[in-house]
Amino acid sequence: MELSRLPGFLLRRGVKAALVILAIVVCNFFLIHAAPGDPASVIAGQSGAADERFLAQLRQQFGLDQPLYVQLWIYLKGVLTLDLGFSHRQQLPVWTLIAQRLPATLLLTGAAFVLAVTAGVTLGTLAARRVGSWADSIITVIALTFYATPLFWVGLMLVLFFSVWLEWLPSFGMNSVGVELYGIAAMLDVAQHLLLPALTLGLFYLAVYARLTRATMLEVADQDFVKTARAKGVPEGQVVRRHVLRNALLPVITFAGIQAGQLVGGSILVETVFAWPGIGRLAFDALLARDYAVLLGVFFCTSVMVVGFNLMTDLLYAVVDPRVEVEG
Amino acid sequence: MKDFWRRFSRNRGAVVGLVILLLVCLVAALADVIFPGSPWDMATAPFMPPGEEGMLLGSDSLGRDVAAGIAHGSRISLMVGAVSTVAALAIGVSLGALAGYLGGWVDDAVMRFTEFFQTIPSFVFAILLVAIFTPTIGSVVFAIAVVSWPPVARVVRAEFLSLRSREFVQAAEVLGKSRLAIVVTDILPNALSPIVVLSSLMVASAILLESALSFLGLGDPNLMTWGFLIGSGRSVIRIAWWMSVFPGLAIFLTVLALNLVGEGLSDALNPRLARKRGGAA
Repeated sequence: MELSRLPGFLLRRGVKAALVILAIVVCNFFLIHAAPGDPASVIAGQSGAADERFLAQLRQQFGLDQPLYVQLWIYLKGVLTLDLGFSHRQQLPVWTLIAQRLPATLLLTGAAFVLAVTAGVTLGTLAARRVGSWADSIITVIALTFYATPLFWVGLMLVLFFSVWLEWLPSFGMNSVGVELYGIAAMLDVAQHLLLPALTLGLFYLAVYARLTRATMLEVADQDFVKTARAKGVPEGQVVRRHVLRNALLPVITFAGIQAGQLVGGSILVETVFAWPGIGRLAFDALLARDYAVLLGVFFCTSVMVVGFNLMTDLLYAVVDPRVEVEG
Repeated sequence: MKDFWRRFSRNRGAVVGLVILLLVCLVAALADVIFPGSPWDMATAPFMPPGEEGMLLGSDSLGRDVAAGIAHGSRISLMVGAVSTVAALAIGVSLGALAGYLGGWVDDAVMRFTEFFQTIPSFVFAILLVAIFTPTIGSVVFAIAVVSWPPVARVVRAEFLSLRSREFVQAAEVLGKSRLAIVVTDILPNALSPIVVLSSLMVASAILLESALSFLGLGDPNLMTWGFLIGSGRSVIRIAWWMSVFPGLAIFLTVLALNLVGEGLSDALNPRLARKRGGAA
């Protein structure tokens, strides 16, 4: 793609992302209406009073007596101003609850993603360079294993091994309880707590990226421009890095974008296993309390995260694609 | 058929997978014979380690037999895997066929719809659906089907796009066959092999998804499932490791077997691709 066409491309992607988010908001709205119990009677039940006049007053206050399309409009305007509803169980706005937990989730998914991509691409490159060797077979076996293992179970097994039997790493939370740490000591403490959850979440994608990198590298290695580079006498290491790997990375990036949603979904399971204080754990608690407002808020937020991530991979694609550099 | 079996059995992993899968089916079929009575009933003292008191895989916090739970749970896992895959295939094949055969704006609309479902975090959406429609076996199957049809729609669309301009389809059109008849009797049978391969993988991921939902407490409260067993073992993992280890192994073996069978099917149904892959590996 030519650099001059980049802004138009990004604009189109941006419009598309906005439409997806709009569709999610509408979808959310109808799910609220499908949820059991009229919201007014739920609120009334929780505040302990339930006479008919109070209910009618609540309905009026929340606009529940308006026609459906008016309610949808009110809801849309609310979401635009980050008003995701109110959690009557926790007596806090949903957005406040999510904003408190968002950094922990971003840290976890970010760490897992970096781990999966770096280790996966490295292993896949190694496997592709030594096709048929024992290292290649081991990587294939590991990939098959993690394809078939439930994420939450991997987490539990890591806890069993590293926390219960070896007592090396903490098994839950994000900070040590009962000690106050500052500066580097606090960061090390968080890193220690982060290791197992990030490993759990990252292992599956590590396997996926390793297999994908191996397959695409083998495909690219056969192409003419690689032969040309070799014929010119470019050193082997440079051929692999500049010519083969760089082209092989394109499908990996595409795939990373597609998988973003699953990474976020997986974090709900991992946060539940490790009591990691992120939005996944928030969703699990909301699930137990049947707090639909929070659940819908989490769905909205994770969807926005995924759409944002997809936009980022689009940008990255434009940066990594060697053809952009040639023409720019 | 003989040819199919020869190509399938050349993949040794696929044969191993098939054997494991048949064993799991056997356990599911004989669960009532091997472990008579309800798996919810107390069988012995709580927290018996494996091998003691006649409990092959130990007992849980209420003295229930873990092995009995796994045997009875296998029925639910296989059933949910199969039924939700059939449902997802029904949605995916009809939408994909519609988009691929009709093309034009229908294709555009269906593909935007499919993309939307591929963008949203599917697991979060499945949780939301089950929570809102209350956890029953029906809502779990529904939620899994709703989040797993998009790949089918894409594959079927691509197949239909390439098949609809072939000569045999044109011949059928000239003969005056109705569109529906062409789609069902001429195009669909020729698009079957990728659908078969995909569906074995979908059963596997449906089993994983079901176990994750019931691990979070979103399973049908009246049914014993593998995910529920692991979920109930989570808080007592320090004193009873066997409660979460064995059900997890059951999931792992079943899903692995299905993935291996899927690879074997792919080799058997696309011999050209298999040879190419054999050459590269």
